[in-house]
Amino acid sequence: MSGFITILLIILVFIIIYQIGKAGEYAAVLREEEKSKAAVNRTIAWLLVAFFVLGLYGIWKCNQLFDGKLLPPSASEQGVNYDSMFNATLLVTGIVFFATQAVLFWFAFRYQSTEKRTAFYYPHNNKLEIIWTTVPAIAMAALVAIGLRNWLNVTSEAPKNANVIEIVGKQFNWIVRYPGKDGVLGKRDFRKINDANNILGLDWNDKDNMDDIISQNGEMHLVVNKPVKLIIGSRDVIHDVGLPHFRMKMDAVPGIVTTMWFTPRFTTTQMKEMTKNQDFVYEISCDQMCGKGHYSMRGTVIVETQAEYDAWLAKQQSYYASNNAPAAPAAPAADSTLKTQKTDTAKAVTMK
Amino acid sequence: MSTVIIDGPNVTQGIPTEVGHHHDHEHHEQHFIWKYIFSQDHKIIGRQFLITGIIWAIIGALFSVFFRLQLGFPDQTFPIMEKFLGDWAKGGKLTPEFYYGLVTMHGTILVFFVLTAGLSGTFANILIPLQVGARDMASPFMNMLSYWFFFAASIFMFVSLFVQTGPASGGWTTYPPLSALKEASMGSGIGMDLWLISMSLFVVSSLLGGLNYVATILNMRTKGMTMTRLPLTIWALFFTAVLGILSFPVLFSGFVLLIFDRNFGTSFYLSEIFIGGKALPHIGGSPILYQHLFWFLGHPEVYIIMLPGMGMASEVLSNHSRKPIFGYFAMIISLVGITVLAFLVWAHHMFVTGMSPFLGSIFVLLTLLIAVPSAVKVFNWLTTMWRGNIRFTVPMMFAIGFVSMFISGGLTGIFLGNSALDIHLHDTYFVIAHFHIVMGVSAFMGMFAGIYHWFPKMFGRFMNNTLGYVHFFITFAGAYLIFWPMHYEGIAGMPRRYYDYSAWESYKQFISMNGFISIVAIIVFFAQLLFVYNFFASIWRGRKVTVPNPWGSPTLEWTTPIKPGHGNWEGEIPEVYRWPYDYKDDGNGGDFIAQTTPLRPGEESH
Repeated sequence: MSGFITILLIILVFIIIYQIGKAGEYAAVLREEEKSKAAVNRTIAWLLVAFFVLGLYGIWKCNQLFDGKLLPPSASEQGVNYDSMFNATLLVTGIVFFATQAVLFWFAFRYQSTEKRTAFYYPHNNKLEIIWTTVPAIAMAALVAIGLRNWLNVTSEAPKNANVIEIVGKQFNWIVRYPGKDGVLGKRDFRKINDANNILGLDWNDKDNMDDIISQNGEMHLVVNKPVKLIIGSRDVIHDVGLPHFRMKMDAVPGIVTTMWFTPRFTTTQMKEMTKNQDFVYEISCDQMCGKGHYSMRGTVIVETQAEYDAWLAKQQSYYASNNAPAAPAAPAADSTLKTQKTDTAKAVTMK
Repeated sequence: MSTVIIDGPNVTQGIPTEVGHHHDHEHHEQHFIWKYIFSQDHKIIGRQFLITGIIWAIIGALFSVFFRLQLGFPDQTFPIMEKFLGDWAKGGKLTPEFYYGLVTMHGTILVFFVLTAGLSGTFANILIPLQVGARDMASPFMNMLSYWFFFAASIFMFVSLFVQTGPASGGWTTYPPLSALKEASMGSGIGMDLWLISMSLFVVSSLLGGLNYVATILNMRTKGMTMTRLPLTIWALFFTAVLGILSFPVLFSGFVLLIFDRNFGTSFYLSEIFIGGKALPHIGGSPILYQHLFWFLGHPEVYIIMLPGMGMASEVLSNHSRKPIFGYFAMIISLVGITVLAFLVWAHHMFVTGMSPFLGSIFVLLTLLIAVPSAVKVFNWLTTMWRGNIRFTVPMMFAIGFVSMFISGGLTGIFLGNSALDIHLHDTYFVIAHFHIVMGVSAFMGMFAGIYHWFPKMFGRFMNNTLGYVHFFITFAGAYLIFWPMHYEGIAGMPRRYYDYSAWESYKQFISMNGFISIVAIIVFFAQLLFVYNFFASIWRGRKVTVPNPWGSPTLEWTTPIKPGHGNWEGEIPEVYRWPYDYKDDGNGGDFIAQTTPLRPGEESH
């Protein structure tokens, strides 16, 4: 009922505004139309100027509001190029933005209709048109050149010494697999997946799988200043490994293996100091719509020194061992402890 | 008739109208149903598209208000939402499933039903025969079918909002496997089937319309109306139709394969999937194939949305600056450039799908090339205003707003088209800000310019100016206030299509900004209702048009009677002698020469 009254009220307000607007126009007509029209035209011209000035103030204010809330410097070496390229593009487009908007509002104000003015018949000028075809073309060529250099750099083959880590998306969390001591990720097959004791479908006939370590809490450990190559996959729908602090992103597509590599520059601890935020954490966001829990598909990255990494790794049990080691009944227990580590709230209701 | 003249903004063309005269020519009165419902008159069909589009726009915008409430105030409840949405918003809080349903429907409705059917359906229908000098479309019957297929598509889409498992909820792009598997999401159930049926009907509607538009423009121009004497609106609508004809069938094929995968066990898009506790039998398909098929339409679709606005803004800017459009031929060539390139850039939506880096490079190059014709258009619009005699009528305000928004949104495209930057910005709020400004707000500005400008032709009355100005300034300012801050959020990596950011250390600091954006969005929504009210009230109550050519425009549509009947002109269709932008001294104190005026002795045609 209250909703109905609200709607009625809104309609009533519209009727009143409309009638006032209409009365205003008739009044203007009665009071010499030409004069009132000229007055409206002048008012609008000034309003446009006011809009432009307020707009500039708004941009400045917006910059202030966001100052310090954006991302810290790139946490990966590849992202450093992104940052500088972003700034270059921002400079070029920024100049064009302010110049063209200023011209637009200036022309509107300067050439507003007056009694004396007659428009200048000026249908074309080939020289001008050639200039403003070639100048943007050259600017674009420069941006393409910078862009392609960085693009080919980012998408190049990972260095031989890179750590290899697999990250697999599923509704709605990330599973991370480390190759273990042999440095090789074993084969896996989606038909062997079993949520109880083989969440990635590892093929136990493949010896390389025996020492592979799987972390189900979406936590990925990386070594600072050491390139890492991510092998990306998905169990169900398309996800996307988004690493905003590293300026990296790659889709996780079922049936297709994608990869990306980068070199972390700062440990998590260093980043906490740089951002003066003790809660700072590198986050993995899912950047491809994947269902109702999409927004909660969160993972984290912990970048640490080689020593810290080795110490952490030494404590990890291989997935095979934790699921099959002493006796078969141990498997559900191991699974339940892992489950408690999961942080996502939406998970409880998923996969029904 | 001539006593109480409340003229349009231009009074130089004070020819009294011949009321009563045109009744003689009309054949017997048609029945209401054939005249207004199953009409074959292009002007009625155009108005049908427009009004259906307006209704959809209200629904689509209302959805955005609902999900903006969730985004802006994730920890609050809004009991009023429960009134509208029932169990989908129990206790006044949206469920995640329905949040994604709303987002998906908002995109589908606005992109296809409003800015494709509602925009080019309206103006192609109303303007093409009137501006090329034809009595109707090449096939009025097909034209009618085009509307009724759209209507059927609308019914299916509308019904899908009410099914138990909710409407499609995989985003307007409906990528499989999410959209293909019922286990993956509630919205992938019957809601998705209805979505696919609706969109397939929509493609049929679009093709029937598009073929008609092209045929009419190529074959039915009046005597003297060479292609180079066509107004830029017609050129723009022509290329819009060409884009649709060549790309919608590809989308359709993509949909057919998706229907097969959903219902008949094929594996076009599916491979190696474990979902709902079991491994599916599909092997060998590729979800990326769907993305290629989708974006082969999806990108031209952006220009299907943009081009009509470009054409109308060109017309309106020129008319209300009392100056010819600057660089008529450059404008046409840039339209050609945009149309051709529109087909060659689709994969820039897929830079992070793991595509071949070499292929990615090609798409970067072609994508940034599109900036060149776009820049030419902007500079030409600016030069059109230079040394003009600008009347700030409501359509002119929206045309200026169009140019401003097109610049802002176009420039951010340069970031996203460059794959090395897209890696970080992909699927963040930067993308949301970019495309909402350029193909959302800017396209709407072009559409509003067109509605306010041609409303006198459509209904024989003016819309209220005061309300128009209020509508313009709230929309213009509101659009910048909503979308400008989103760029920053996107630069900070904030992903799109999230229901709640509270749990994210990297994004939770933006919640108050999201609240601000939501408040502005709601204000802008009500400003649009003001427009809707103005539109419908003015149909019956607006100030009457008393002269045939209220804006002082040289183009043909203003040579028809104030309220043209089916067939548009009484007697002969006028002959055309000059280009549509002859804004120069006509020798009698007027500041333009109509296209129907023969060249004066010694005068050179443009």
